[in-house]
Amino acid sequence: MSFSFAASLGSAQLPNPILTASGCAGSGKELSQFFPLTELGAIVTKSIMIKPRSGRATPRMAETPSGMLNSIGLQGPGVDYFLENDIPWLAAQGARTFVSIAGETVEDYAVLARKMRNLPGVVGIEVNISCPNVENRGMVFSCHPETARAAIEAVRRNIGGELPIIAKLSPDVTDIVAIAKEVSHAGADGVALINTLLGMVIDTNSMLPKLAQKTGGLSGPAIRPVAVRAVYQVHAALPHLPILGMGGITSGRDAFEFILAGAHAVSVGTATFGNPTAVIKVKQELEEILIEKGFNSLNEAIGFAHREVLP
Amino acid sequence: MNSRAAQISAELISNKKVGAYHHMVFSVGDLAAQARPGNFVAIAVGGESSAMVLRRAFAIYRSTEKGPQGGLIELVVAPHGQGSRWLTALEPHAVVDMVAPLGTHFGIPTEPVRALLVGGGYGSAPLFGLAELLKSRGCRVDMVLGASTAAKIYAPLDGKRSVSSLTLTTDDGSTGIKGQITDVLPKLIEENEIEIIYSCGPMGMLQAITAISDSYGILHQCAVEESMACGIGVCMTCVLPVKGDDGVIRMLRSCIDGPVMDGSRVIWDSKRRIPEGTFGA
Repeated sequence: MSFSFAASLGSAQLPNPILTASGCAGSGKELSQFFPLTELGAIVTKSIMIKPRSGRATPRMAETPSGMLNSIGLQGPGVDYFLENDIPWLAAQGARTFVSIAGETVEDYAVLARKMRNLPGVVGIEVNISCPNVENRGMVFSCHPETARAAIEAVRRNIGGELPIIAKLSPDVTDIVAIAKEVSHAGADGVALINTLLGMVIDTNSMLPKLAQKTGGLSGPAIRPVAVRAVYQVHAALPHLPILGMGGITSGRDAFEFILAGAHAVSVGTATFGNPTAVIKVKQELEEILIEKGFNSLNEAIGFAHREVLP
Repeated sequence: MNSRAAQISAELISNKKVGAYHHMVFSVGDLAAQARPGNFVAIAVGGESSAMVLRRAFAIYRSTEKGPQGGLIELVVAPHGQGSRWLTALEPHAVVDMVAPLGTHFGIPTEPVRALLVGGGYGSAPLFGLAELLKSRGCRVDMVLGASTAAKIYAPLDGKRSVSSLTLTTDDGSTGIKGQITDVLPKLIEENEIEIIYSCGPMGMLQAITAISDSYGILHQCAVEESMACGIGVCMTCVLPVKGDDGVIRMLRSCIDGPVMDGSRVIWDSKRRIPEGTFGA
């Protein structure tokens, strides 16, 4: 019997479970110099907003032990530029695309969702309701059940058709399962776990926070156990909810950990900064591991760490 | 991004301490022919299980297309951080994961011009290859290098053959003229009738040179230094505000739209703030 590496996230059918992470692959152009984007299960674009954004002041980045802190602030040219330039280019590459959208208001999400209808090559929407680099921390939608629900409902009502909606959640909450349940009820077809954790580095020479905006999102292998825990908890509570797992995945072994915890697919983010071909390495290694462990398919391995083991 | 860039395994051929720096030579095969003065490389540091997740960027000191050891890329590395200390501690035959060549390169005039090359600290590294190239195109090349102290000036003997004059400055007066590079620029510009300045070094120095080049109405191409996470244009951390042809200020990536930029277009002194009127601000 031949091994099946096929993955699904809601109605999105992908040839493999390896995706880029939003904000770690631009809109694909730069990485396409290192490998064909068709190698990916899908590319997840940088979060697209309605208007152009300059992003935050520099310094925007600090390396931390096994990770990094960033406060880019969603720099980008706005949705209209994206639709005119990036979407046709991605479609021409034959890439499967998840568009990440981010808004400042519930209405922003509704407007962006309407613009996502019938786009070539787009197989799903990742709704970023958890970017930590926003002016008002109170406005991180996924930190409160009501705002998380409102943003996802706005996308659900306006997206039309069959395009799956994946809600990207923040780990900076007391009960991530409660938020996952809320967005699932609001119409999300799956959840992306996890966005970065809010952090800070203080420069001991200047004796000031290293980032211009003081705080930033922590990513990389340092946060992997937090992410695996979040995936495991949500899969235990909502075993049928598709999960796109991410947080410090650098190798096939790391990706396998997320699959065992209950992820249907994984995103590779910060690892791409250290290695432009990290996604390809993760893909090859994960397939080898699954075969070596005796699984006939990716699907057989999803949530395998939840099984009862008799004493 | 630099369409000639590729990811390769590069073998370290030699690693020699020169003053405060390390001169490191890597075997890179055909990639050497793709490198231009001003381009940089990005190297993974710390080995397989490293806690350092980001690449380190280094300006290319020199590239040699064909030699007994094939194509070579040479770097001048200051071991002042954890990553560069790891790199400079490597022994010959070590193999590193390198992405190169990256970024923009210094523009070479089509007609011979009178050029002044200005380097601060190890920022002098890319200027020697540039000097050779300019000289081969019939340009007169003058050079000024500055640093805090003599050991931090990188000025190899064979690098000097392409320059008509070399001026050194140090903050402590341990070699050359005591003072800063910018103290000697007006005299050099006037005496040598300089038409273009090429520079590389700390941002404060590049800003000060821009003020001088603007006052003389001469071109200033500088290689900027911003901390990078990826070097290939996907992370958006190395941005700086630059005014475009249309007069609009945009946050550009120094790894893709730089490191070589027109000094008079850069909005200097913009650390910790977004200049008013920036696109999308």
